[in-house]
Amino acid sequence: MSKLLQVRGLNVVFSGFHAITDLDFALDAGELRFLIGPNGAGKTTLIDVITGLTRPASGSVSFAGQELVGRREYQVVRAGVGRTFQTSVVFEELSVVDNLDLAAGFRRRLPALLRRRHGVSDDVASALDTIGLGALADRPAGVLSHGQRQWLEIGMLVVQRPRLLLLDEPVAGMSRTERERTGELLQSVARDHTVLVVEHDMDFLRRFASTVTVLHEGRLLCEGTVAEVQADPRVQEVYLGRSRDELDKEVA
Amino acid sequence: MRNRIAFALIAVLLLAAPLVFSPFRLDLLAKYLCYAIVALGIALAWGRGGMLTLGQGVFFGLGGYAMGMHLKLVEAGPGQLPDFMSWSGVERLPLLWKPFADPVFALVMVVVLPVTVALLLGLLVFRQRVRGAYFAVLSQALAAAFVILLVGQQGLTGGTNGLTNFQLFFGLDLYDDADRRILYFAIVVVLGLSYLVVRQLARSRYGQLLVAIRDGEDRVRFLGYDPALVKTFAFAFSAGLAGIAGALFVPVVGLLTPANLGVVASLELLIGVAIGGRYSLAGAVGGALLFHYAKTIFSEQWPDSWLYVQGALFVAVMLWAPRGLAGLAGQLRDLVAARRRPAAPAPTVLEEARA
Repeated sequence: MSKLLQVRGLNVVFSGFHAITDLDFALDAGELRFLIGPNGAGKTTLIDVITGLTRPASGSVSFAGQELVGRREYQVVRAGVGRTFQTSVVFEELSVVDNLDLAAGFRRRLPALLRRRHGVSDDVASALDTIGLGALADRPAGVLSHGQRQWLEIGMLVVQRPRLLLLDEPVAGMSRTERERTGELLQSVARDHTVLVVEHDMDFLRRFASTVTVLHEGRLLCEGTVAEVQADPRVQEVYLGRSRDELDKEVA
Repeated sequence: MRNRIAFALIAVLLLAAPLVFSPFRLDLLAKYLCYAIVALGIALAWGRGGMLTLGQGVFFGLGGYAMGMHLKLVEAGPGQLPDFMSWSGVERLPLLWKPFADPVFALVMVVVLPVTVALLLGLLVFRQRVRGAYFAVLSQALAAAFVILLVGQQGLTGGTNGLTNFQLFFGLDLYDDADRRILYFAIVVVLGLSYLVVRQLARSRYGQLLVAIRDGEDRVRFLGYDPALVKTFAFAFSAGLAGIAGALFVPVVGLLTPANLGVVASLELLIGVAIGGRYSLAGAVGGALLFHYAKTIFSEQWPDSWLYVQGALFVAVMLWAPRGLAGLAGQLRDLVAARRRPAAPAPTVLEEARA
C-alpha cells in the first residue's frame, strides 16, 4: 500500500518551546490510526500542522503527493484533508441539515451558492443517516447535546468527501453510551476513509483501535498494536512512570 | 405568505404617500428611503456577516459624488465649468471630471467606485484576519480620511460646501413638484428591488455561509471556504447599495457635502440599523426610517438635545434590545420560555470539566 500521508523531519517551535522535534510519521491509505501521548506530547500540534493552522519551523507534510506545508487552511481542506476540534463548533443558528449542506458545499460554483437550498442532496441525506440525527434534521444545531454535536461534526467532515479525516478527541466529555455510539460511527466511517484519531480514553482505545502511535515530548515514542504499545515499558514510563492500572485511571 | 402580504402592503403605502404628504414631507421621506437602502447593505454586512462597518458614508459619498459631478456638468453645459470651480479660480475642467459628462459613465461609476474601494479594502483587511473592533475602527478612520481629502481639494470637490445647486436630473426638473414625485417613485422602486435582492442573498446558501462565518470564522476555514472572499463579497455588495443610495440622495436633497458622509453620518446610518434590528432586513429598513424621522422632528423642536437622545437611544438598544425593535418579540418569547423552564442542570459542562 502507498503512503497517503507522509510527515518528514517535522520541527515545530513555539517561541523557544519545541512542541515537535524531528518527527517522521506516515499513514497508509485506508488505515484507522490512533494517536496517543501525555499532555504536551504534540498530538494536536501535529494535526494543526497538517491542516495548515500552524506553520512548522522545518519539515514537510506530503499528502497524496502534494506538499501541504505553506497552504492555507481552506486549501488543505480542498486537497482532501478534513478535521474536527476538541471543542466542537457547529453553527447554532443553522439547522442540522443546513450545517451539513454548508459543509458539503465548497465545491459548489457561485450560481449554486447564490440560490436557496431546495431539498436534501444524497450526500447530506446519507450523512444524516450515518450520524443518526435524521429526526433532528430541521432543528437548529444549537439544541443538540454535546455528543450529538460531535456526531454532527463528524457528519460535516464526511460530506466534504475528504480522503483523510483527522479527529481530535472525539469522545472527550461523552457518556458511556455516547462513546459506544461514536466508536461504531468511527468504524463505519473508517470503512471507506483514512482516519487518524487523537484520543486519551484507554477503554475506547482498546475497544476500537488497531494501530496506535505514541508521541512523547514532541517525538515519536513507539508504534504498534494496542497490546504492544501498552506492554512497552517506555510507554508506561512516560505516562508519569506509573503502573498500567494507574495509567488507565489517569487517562480515562 | 405573510411576508408577501406585508411587503405588498408597505409597497402600496409608500406608493400612495404622495397623495397624503406635502411636497416638503415627501422630500424628507425620499431622503429617509435613501438611508433605508444603505441600511439594507448594513444589515447584510453587519447583521449577517458580523462586519461592524462604521464607514458606510464613504461609499454613500462615492456614489453621491459620481452622480453630483455628472449633474454639475450637465447644469454647466458643454465646455463650461461648474459654478464652484470658477469661484475657486479653477480655469480648466480637471481630468478627473471629464468622463463624468457622459451619463452612462457616471451611472456605472455610482456602483463601480464604491464596490472597487470595498473590494480592495476587504481583500486586504480580511485576508489579514482583521475583524471585530479593529475592523470597525479602520472603517471609521476611512470615513474621517475621506472627509479630509474632500475638504482639502476645494477646486476639485467643492470643499466643505460640497456640490450644490442641481436643476436637472436625467430630464427631470428638480424644481417641479410633479417631476419630484417621479423621482420619489424611482427611489421607492430601487428600495423595493434592493430589498428583494438582499433577501434572496440572505436566504441563499451564501447567506447561511455568511452567518456561519459571523459565528465561527475559524471553523468555516475547515469547511474549505475562504472567509476573506465571502466577507469581501458582502462588504462590496453593501458598498454598492450605499453608492446607489448616495446617487439618489443628491437630486432629492439638492446638495452633497462632506458632512453628509463623514464619521457622524456613518454612525447615524449604523445606529438606525441597530435600533431597527440588524438581524432583520425589514427591521433595518424600518429603523433607518424611524431614526431619521426622529432626527428631523427633534432637530426641528429641540435642536440641542438631539445628540443626547441619539446617544441614549443607541445605548438603550445595545443594553436592553441587542436585536433591535424587530427582535423584541423574539426576545420576549425567550424571556417567557426561560421563566417557564428554570435553568436546567447542565451535565455536559460537568462532563467536559472532568475530561
